[in-house]
Amino acid sequence: METTDFALEVEGLEKGFDGNAVLKGVDLRVPRGSIFTVLGPSGTGKSVLLKCIGNILAPDSGRIVFEGRPLRDPAAREDFRKRCSFLFQGNALFDSLTALENVALPLEQTTSLGKVEIFKRSLKALHQLEMKDFADRYPGRLSGGMQKRLALARAIVTQPEIVLFDEPTAGLDPLRRNAVFSMIAKYQRRFRFTALVVTHDVPEALAVSDRVALLNQGRIAFEGTPAAFATSSESGIALFRDSVEALRQSLAAIRSEQPAIS
Amino acid sequence: MVRQLGQTTLGIVRDTGDFTLFFGRACMSLSKTRCLPRRILRAVYEQGAVCLPVIAIVGVFTGLVLGLQGYHVLSRFGSEGLLGTLVSLSLVREMAPVLAALMLVGQAGSAFAAELGIQRNTEQIAALETMGVNSLGYLVAPRLIAALLVFPAQAALFVVLGLWGGSLSGSVLLGVDSGVYWSAVERAVEFRDLRECFLKAASFGVLTTSICAYMGFHADRNTSSAGARAVSASTTRAVVFSSITVLVADYVISSFFI
Repeated sequence: METTDFALEVEGLEKGFDGNAVLKGVDLRVPRGSIFTVLGPSGTGKSVLLKCIGNILAPDSGRIVFEGRPLRDPAAREDFRKRCSFLFQGNALFDSLTALENVALPLEQTTSLGKVEIFKRSLKALHQLEMKDFADRYPGRLSGGMQKRLALARAIVTQPEIVLFDEPTAGLDPLRRNAVFSMIAKYQRRFRFTALVVTHDVPEALAVSDRVALLNQGRIAFEGTPAAFATSSESGIALFRDSVEALRQSLAAIRSEQPAIS
Repeated sequence: MVRQLGQTTLGIVRDTGDFTLFFGRACMSLSKTRCLPRRILRAVYEQGAVCLPVIAIVGVFTGLVLGLQGYHVLSRFGSEGLLGTLVSLSLVREMAPVLAALMLVGQAGSAFAAELGIQRNTEQIAALETMGVNSLGYLVAPRLIAALLVFPAQAALFVVLGLWGGSLSGSVLLGVDSGVYWSAVERAVEFRDLRECFLKAASFGVLTTSICAYMGFHADRNTSSAGARAVSASTTRAVVFSSITVLVADYVISSFFI
């Protein structure tokens, strides 16, 4: 692939906290218009990686390149900011604003659109995420799934080219996990943005991703298609994949051993 | 011990520099803030209207106490006629700007620090930054402008209600002639006293609002606690530092006017 086929390139990214290295030279290339998922066990630095890319944390060393321009360059960083949205693990919705105000906020603050246009676009984004009926509700009065949809509505209202998803299914039950990944896939296809997702939900991620990477001990241990990941016999990958499967089976076994509640 | 002293000194210098940069950036962000008048109005309401009852109660009772104590001191020298002078100068020069600022810190400042701390903890501030919104311009700068308006206005209200309280205890309850009281007030208060009052109030407003904003904004920097405890710790620090700053700044400004 040509360099320009990649929306994002990460080269030798390193980040540590208080002398503890979390990222030890991460290399990634995220194809434009794809769903790219970074998998890995908890605590391996997936969120740190995403926050470095999203410019929330400053990397210690390495390069992040957006459309051929390193983000160290302030102009490229500003351009990236305008064309990128970040979906936080805890949604980061403004609890003192209504759903509509939450969605309108990035338009109000970063564009020169008029009030009516902002209102129309915000309502449209809510409608697209099936949240129109809840426009006047405060985030605290919405369910977890609805809050996730509202956060996505806020993320897409500026029509970004890249959306970064930080553990989008954290704390959700299996049904909702599926629903969130379906939602990401559905809206990624509809709006054609590049989605970079970090998660530890392997089956769901493999089902919707175009490419996956495994982050282990601060380095990328695998990068390729979901099919290659699922069939890889490489020890580290197989170990992670099998441990997730083993956990799933042991949970199912515990559940089947429980006496039926009459 | 020397090492600890050095580390503490370096820490103070670093924090002071960091605070100065924070304040400077907040001021600079004013020019980039969108919907500024609307956000200032909201901040004025949150800082001003919400604190009105507290300021009113404290103002009246401060005046009542000044009238009561002042009368008993002045009557020893047969100078009850100077009660209006004592109450008005005490209020205008010191009590009104200082006590109004302390009340505003306790109510609006602590709420502001806690709000920012929670916004930091729940990544709302990070969300603003990723959207390309200047978080200082959006969250802090309107509050600074509002403080410039609210603190002097609250100090003025405090003076008016305090004078009325002084009149109530001095004239109505203790028998000082009302005309004597109010004419002493009129004679005593000069333009420079009012200027001192409003300058102090505005300075306290900007200083305390900046301190509360700084503490709340950096609630995540607290290494000894996290989450809700970090928010409560930063709120407590905001109130303590702001209150001390009000008294220190009061002394410094007073020394220029005397």
